[in-house]
Amino acid sequence: MAKAKTWIEPHPGGIYVKPADLWIDPSRPVERAAVTHGHADHARSGHGAVFATPETLAIMALRYGVDVAASHNRGFAYGDGFELGGVRFSFHPAGHVLGSAQILMEYAGERIVVTGDYKRRSDPTCKPFEVVPCDIFITEATFGLPVFRHPPTAQEIAKLIGAVRAEPDRSVLVGAYALGKAQRVIAELRGAGWDAPIYIHGALEKMCALYAGHGVDLGELRLVSEADKAEMAGQIILAPPSALNDRWSRRLPDPVTAIASGWMRVRQRARQRMVELPLVISDHADWDELTTTIAEVNPGETWITHGSEDGLLRWCELTQRKARALHLVGRDLEEEEA
Amino acid sequence: MKAFAALIDRLIYTRSRNSKLALIVDYLRHTPDPDRGWAIAALTESLDFPAVKAAMVRALLATRVEEELFRLSRHFVGDTAETAALLWPESGKPLPFREGVGVGSIGLAQGRWTPPAATREQSSQVSLPSPEGEGELSVSQAVDALSAATRSDAPAILASLLDRLDADGRYALLKLALGGMRVGVSARLARQAFAQAFDVPIDDVEELWHAIPPPYAPLFAWGEGRAERPDLKDVAFFRPFMLAHPLEEESIDLADYAAEWKWDGIRVQIVRGGSATRIYSRGGEEISAAFPELVAAFDQEAVIDGELLVRGEVQGGEAASFNALQQRLGRKTVPKKMLADYPAFVRVYDLLAIDGNDLRPLPWTERRRQLEGFVPRLADSHFDLSQIIEARDFDDLAQRRAGARDAAIEGVMLKRRDAPYVAGRRAGLWYKWKRDPLTADCVMMYAQRGNGRRASFYSDYTFGCWSDAGELLPVGKAYSGFTDEELKWLDKFVRDNTLNRFGPVREVEKSLVLEVAFDSIHSSKRHKSGLAMRFPRIARIRRDKPAEEADRIATLLAMVT
Repeated sequence: MAKAKTWIEPHPGGIYVKPADLWIDPSRPVERAAVTHGHADHARSGHGAVFATPETLAIMALRYGVDVAASHNRGFAYGDGFELGGVRFSFHPAGHVLGSAQILMEYAGERIVVTGDYKRRSDPTCKPFEVVPCDIFITEATFGLPVFRHPPTAQEIAKLIGAVRAEPDRSVLVGAYALGKAQRVIAELRGAGWDAPIYIHGALEKMCALYAGHGVDLGELRLVSEADKAEMAGQIILAPPSALNDRWSRRLPDPVTAIASGWMRVRQRARQRMVELPLVISDHADWDELTTTIAEVNPGETWITHGSEDGLLRWCELTQRKARALHLVGRDLEEEEA
Repeated sequence: MKAFAALIDRLIYTRSRNSKLALIVDYLRHTPDPDRGWAIAALTESLDFPAVKAAMVRALLATRVEEELFRLSRHFVGDTAETAALLWPESGKPLPFREGVGVGSIGLAQGRWTPPAATREQSSQVSLPSPEGEGELSVSQAVDALSAATRSDAPAILASLLDRLDADGRYALLKLALGGMRVGVSARLARQAFAQAFDVPIDDVEELWHAIPPPYAPLFAWGEGRAERPDLKDVAFFRPFMLAHPLEEESIDLADYAAEWKWDGIRVQIVRGGSATRIYSRGGEEISAAFPELVAAFDQEAVIDGELLVRGEVQGGEAASFNALQQRLGRKTVPKKMLADYPAFVRVYDLLAIDGNDLRPLPWTERRRQLEGFVPRLADSHFDLSQIIEARDFDDLAQRRAGARDAAIEGVMLKRRDAPYVAGRRAGLWYKWKRDPLTADCVMMYAQRGNGRRASFYSDYTFGCWSDAGELLPVGKAYSGFTDEELKWLDKFVRDNTLNRFGPVREVEKSLVLEVAFDSIHSSKRHKSGLAMRFPRIARIRRDKPAEEADRIATLLAMVT
């Protein structure tokens, strides 16, 4: 078991797999990178070769112009993988965003799983997380404190729809991260029966189209830039969080500002963001999901990449599980994206 | 508790005053007694449960949540009540992402870690109603339970209440129990909501409010037309203040108006009725606790209106600046040293009632006559009479106003001699004629986005003046004085000249001169420049003036009073 430390090295800038000379989610350009998902703090541009799911490659192509067709970049469906330097790599659903994967590595009889970011509750835009048994479980801990318990998504979506209906002369502007959260909120709204056109900021357009191209039904989307102010009254508008209080929002009919994020659980945080309608909708595992997942995977050792690692470490200690924090750097988008 | 929790949540995230008002109005109309009364008392911080304090809540949490996880959580959240509300274990509730898996099995308390034996025993000794209780927990049930709590059974009682609520409900309960609601609802706003909810005159609500304790049942009965207006005989109730308009007329005839100095303190009303003496501030908030020496010294069955001031050494025992008075405000208890260093007194200018007789319908001249006879009955150590300014005519008055050097003089009050004392601001009865504002040319340093309608505009500006060393030091912050057009221009300036961003704040290129008007300027330890302005506002945007030619700190120091 202790062999793992001879073939895998956690560095501040990513996880290095020695026998394969490959990095997982490196923060700097490298020769060979395996990428868990398309968020910018995991997927960077400039790598020599990228190994990821086809959806993640498509997202990277859209964001960074990564050449998907180039033979050195390879896409693998869930369950598939490749072998390099004696290490068997395979991709398994993480339930975080479209194409997000846990990466399982098998080498010399040892199994290591890198989760990237993940969640356990249902998401109409991506495949649900699968428990992959392993010896070392390398997990995120964005919400690694017991104060984070995301309420049921349906309850938050109902809150959003209720807010729009309560003030038909206004609009509700939802700040949602451009990759993943925005599409999920739209898909959840559709699932809850919201059939009206949903208005979007231009920055969301291409990613929504990409999701739709992958079979995620987002219904009718309209660009705010092409809409009349009057027609958006009583409607739902989505924008990246950075646009919420920007000049852009002046074209909207008296918007109620909302943010969809796990951080909205904490009132003072929501207040600081000038939010009127906090929606606790997260693409990251909450405390119960994190702890349940560790218990279900039941690894020999748990490594924690980023987030509130102190809380999760403490829980591991209390439940007598071997664990350590890796202190990976550059995972700084969480505030916006979680 | 659900409706109350929802109300608090909405209030937290609602910034506009009118929207807050609408939320409370709606709540008062649709919530039964006595819940709404207790709720409004909680919102205005009028409840106190001596047995329930933050330390007790922390100790209670320690029996349910492991200490280190609590500490980390508290550190992250920054508020004990909210941390406790979020952490409180909901045992037996299935995980939201998968049916049938109980949080408890691997959650906080029921895992391999167990609470210390001592606390476990303690909580099992007390017999309590079943955690589920009967139906939804009401605000009044919670208040009753908390009021009955003693220090020894309070933890168990609070725990049984928390067990019956969800996270939002727990937050509401803990805020109700501990105070520190911080939802931006003043007592004044709550009373306005009451008046609006039941369409009754705000002046009546103001008068009645302090006379009736929570949950205000007679008040609601009156509001809903189910009962007569409550009788306030022998009660030290608040009378709404008579207010003044700014003087805009060129000149007025002093035969019709009496002139007094306008003092730069805080307006207070002191009421003695029954056996109680109470001091009310302008908004009708009771501030008796902050000024115990005045409560003790006011021994006459009367109601006075006056200016609360602090005696200052610099002025040779006369009224000190507002700055000194600020040391005394907002206190629940006053240390002895504070009483000695900042002795308070009231400069009395009106008499509203005496020996049970309401003088408010009488003309000012008659009230003044009675006032002059009454003030000598009060201890001169704590009360004096506001003097009438003897001016030959309006021009003479203008000269005296211009020549007034006393730091505690803010301007002149003009009161119509034949006017009764009426609540609020009535045209032509009272005028305030402030001293001309001071101005300084300052340089914009930082800008912050506003609230509500101004959320997308950089509308709050921090500005500075030059030190002798040639450094720009902040001297104040202003968010008014400009037109909508000017705001648009300023917003664009900020966006086009941003140097740094710190969350909602932007640091800007130090190139724009703002002419800032302010009522007075004081020394302050809070700012690096050592200065603090009163009522600063943007008087003009000086695009014509180079930043280097803005005023120096030394110039402002010379204006300090």
